[in-house]
Amino acid sequence: MKKEIIISGFGGQGGLAIGKNLAEAGMAEGLNVTWAPSYGPEMRGGTANCSVVLSDKPVGSPVFNHPTELIALNEPSLAKFESGVLSGGLVLVNSDVVTDKVSRSDLTAYYIPCSKIADEVGNPKVSNMVMLGAYVAATKVLKPETIEKMIEEMFTGAKAKFVPLNIEAFRRGMACVQ
Amino acid sequence: MEKELWKGNEAIAEAAIRAGCDCYFGYPITPQSEVPEYMSVHMPKHGRVFVQAESELAAINMVYGAGGSGMRAMTTSSSPGISLMQEGISYLIGSEIPAVIVNCMRGGPGLGTIQPGQSDYFQATRGGGNGDYRTVVLSPSNIQEAVDFIQEAFDIADQYRNPCMVVFDGLIGQMMEPIEWHDIPKRNLPSKDTWATTGRKGRAVHNTLNSLYMDPETCDKHNEHLAEKFAEMEKNEVRWEEVQCEDADLVIAAYGTPARIALTALDTLRAEGIKAGLFRPITVWPFPEKALRDLISQDHVKAVLDVEMSSTGQMIDDVRLAVEDRKPISYMGRAGGVIPTVEEIVEAAKKALKEVQ
Repeated sequence: MKKEIIISGFGGQGGLAIGKNLAEAGMAEGLNVTWAPSYGPEMRGGTANCSVVLSDKPVGSPVFNHPTELIALNEPSLAKFESGVLSGGLVLVNSDVVTDKVSRSDLTAYYIPCSKIADEVGNPKVSNMVMLGAYVAATKVLKPETIEKMIEEMFTGAKAKFVPLNIEAFRRGMACVQ
Repeated sequence: MEKELWKGNEAIAEAAIRAGCDCYFGYPITPQSEVPEYMSVHMPKHGRVFVQAESELAAINMVYGAGGSGMRAMTTSSSPGISLMQEGISYLIGSEIPAVIVNCMRGGPGLGTIQPGQSDYFQATRGGGNGDYRTVVLSPSNIQEAVDFIQEAFDIADQYRNPCMVVFDGLIGQMMEPIEWHDIPKRNLPSKDTWATTGRKGRAVHNTLNSLYMDPETCDKHNEHLAEKFAEMEKNEVRWEEVQCEDADLVIAAYGTPARIALTALDTLRAEGIKAGLFRPITVWPFPEKALRDLISQDHVKAVLDVEMSSTGQMIDDVRLAVEDRKPISYMGRAGGVIPTVEEIVEAAKKALKEVQ
């Protein structure tokens, strides 16, 4: 099993955080993982992306041209990376920001209203958890329990009150795909 | 031991603290600024010294002062900053002061780019400062190696009373990977009392450190002594890794990030029935010359492909010295911050083999 994932969006949308969460959860499940961010001019005001590898074998290249999955949080990201996605691959689109559709017919596309769901849950900041839920449900490479345990460990002490909110957002994201 | 997810630059900073780094001097530059950032927070917590120097030139000379007084001192920078430190590195070696110097390399020349590069190979292995000198240069290709090598670099520096360098491209500094913190075997290190400038401390005369020798005969003797140390490093410190080389028709020589990209390329090539292997220098100085020569001298090896993040190729000079004209050598390189892709390496490998058939 090897997943090569590109997560891309505007800086501040939480794309790099989604990638870190995937890497953390993969590591918790005993997978080999890498997380490689873009750190060029794009992070200084434009589109920021990261490349994540989850693999049952040691990871060679941490960067790649043909992701198995693309998570596009804004339009420039979909435009830039769709053509490179491996045939038969998966594209998850934040449909509250991106109005374009995936044009290739050999890809599976899910349109997730991340921002709308986050607002319904009660905090716009959890929109990345919605997308994480959609990814987990669509690929089934990671166990939902692993992510929920990670969320519990992420928010402790005074921040523990954010746990239910994040878990709800994560579950709502999963429900978008199931 | 539990695995932890660490960013390369923060991991090497933490590794230095665990190795007993007493003093860190640095100046921010992308893609290594997380090192001074981490050090600025954590060195004071351990009662150690952190100074953000006014320039790289100042930082390396602060390292000279601190290392000279027997402290474990380190600086880190990226390519243009390391260029500014070359004079200081030469003086450290001349005065026999141990230190750890990390270059998180970006593309050049000049200011170049902030993206990853490997075009400081000549500078690291030949030296950009004046005089006859060498430093052991460790080159990790993943974050576990980076944290292990940083810890070992302090011991290597102290053992030989010589700076030790750790070099890696910006991607290794920026990416995250799981690591385990484990104890690095400690070396039996000589006392610093005979040379460290710590005052008289009951001694008849105080210790002096200097790289100036007015008398040529004395300077010649000093150089002879340094050359003996370099020969010892060459004998003791060389290391490398061979992957799937036992039956390889093609040997890919690469270090750092290109080496791990080559690992993925090997999977593709082997799946297509092409027997390729990877020869990865872990010390780029001393270069594993004999090991590479022994490998490529075997009958099954038909050709060698050198892959670097450099336009002209730099390590390829050492590959040529090892291979000579025993087997054909070809080159694949990207520069200016562009990382070679798996596909490019696969294509170059096929081309290299086709040329010898």
